[in-house]
Amino acid sequence: MGAGHAHKLYRHGHSPVHALPPHCKIAAVFCFVLIVVSTPREAVWAFGLYAVLIAAVAGVARIPAGFLLKRLLIEVPFVAFAVLMPFVAEGPRVQVGWLSLSVSGLWGAWNILAKGTLGVAASVLLASTTELRELLLGLQRLRMPPLLVQIASFMIRYGDVITDEMRRMRIARLSRGFEARGVRHWGVLAKSAGALFIRSYERGERVHLAMVSRGYTGTMPVLSDAAAGRAQWTRAALLPLSALAVCLLGWTL
Amino acid sequence: MPPASFAPSLEVSGLAYAYPDGHQALFGVDLSIERGERVALLGPNGAGKTTLVLHLNGILEAGAGSVAVAGLPVGKENLAEIRRKVGIVFQDPDDQLFMPTVREDVAFGPAAAGLRGAELAERVTEALERVGMAGFADRPPHHLSFGQRRRVAVATVLAMRPEILVLDEPSSNLDPASRRELADILRSLEVTVLMVTHDLPYALELCPRSVVLSGGVLVADGSTQELLCDEELMRGHRLELPFGFDPRSVSLPV
Repeated sequence: MGAGHAHKLYRHGHSPVHALPPHCKIAAVFCFVLIVVSTPREAVWAFGLYAVLIAAVAGVARIPAGFLLKRLLIEVPFVAFAVLMPFVAEGPRVQVGWLSLSVSGLWGAWNILAKGTLGVAASVLLASTTELRELLLGLQRLRMPPLLVQIASFMIRYGDVITDEMRRMRIARLSRGFEARGVRHWGVLAKSAGALFIRSYERGERVHLAMVSRGYTGTMPVLSDAAAGRAQWTRAALLPLSALAVCLLGWTL
Repeated sequence: MPPASFAPSLEVSGLAYAYPDGHQALFGVDLSIERGERVALLGPNGAGKTTLVLHLNGILEAGAGSVAVAGLPVGKENLAEIRRKVGIVFQDPDDQLFMPTVREDVAFGPAAAGLRGAELAERVTEALERVGMAGFADRPPHHLSFGQRRRVAVATVLAMRPEILVLDEPSSNLDPASRRELADILRSLEVTVLMVTHDLPYALELCPRSVVLSGGVLVADGSTQELLCDEELMRGHRLELPFGFDPRSVSLPV
């Protein structure tokens, strides 16, 4: 069986951040990211303050810095482009050692790197303090279309089942002496993928049958209806509100 | 025993069905199951067992004939009530358990029927206790063993307090210990059971009465032990006992 995707990102704990209702946290992170993105890139100190805010939340959530930093690595492939910008952008150039870099390129790269990193850090924090299915519940309470939430929750539930099926098919191929070597074997792999699709589709039909048999009529019944109180919203709003103050300062100073 | 005036848990009469592609699966099935009975539905592959089961809660609509559950006819106007009364446990627990945790899965049926809050929580706990899985409520189903998943699948249906429990191949893929545990659970339930199975010793162990479905009709209905001892009947309908198993030698639990 799969080791459980839910545990890779999530870090179990009992901090005040963990205890906040998921929809408050999602809303807070979303607002925080919007505020960060709308900060002028020249206000370098503001991004420093944002980082301090994130660090403070991580501290309250008792998420170790190493854990957070390691998960930030996911960002690397996405910001590779930003690193190239100072070399390829036009405009006035500045000499750093023996390198000639574009000034606007440097600002562009900084802009992407800083905002990207802060956004990813906030999302990683959210993911490490909120369980996957709680996130889904949160999205549901934030009035995300129920169909999308259902699709996402089935992905979580059946991801492992389908990976398992894929693994069994691979073992069956290997056991019959098949090894994918080069283009000539792609046909076999494509057929396996097709078979996997059909099997998953049929499983979908069986699951639907099981759901209908237990009274499913198109909407998931609401199982837990824990609405967030004013205190919880206030606590969750601390992060975006302080960020907003920083952002406004960044625009006026 | 309930008074005799009670309608039987299940009353199937003259049920016939042909799939949209023209293949006819059932040719007039009559079956009546009293409250509290445990009945095994035996038959070779392709006999129409699954087709029959899907009629019991109105997933398939009868081409001819009728099905009634506890006196309530299966039809469009009372489908919700019928689906609450007929609890089907499907063969693959991965199809049956589709929610992120065991608790949510068991709650699904009663919640769909409108139960909320403490009442719902009580239902869930009760159902899980009856299958001995109360300690696993917050686990994701895919982290359980196959036998545990099968038991949770039974709980998801018990939580709806069904009139009749329909099990499709309940013993398939279970190791002998899980098989016995499931048998103990099923025996402890005071609910009408219809068990679809190829596992003849299991049928003998759990169900005093059996019916044989073959070629879309019921060809036999009687005491499980007598049916299993009827060699001609067994051979005629591709039913075979496991090697070395003699149904005459088994003394049945009373």
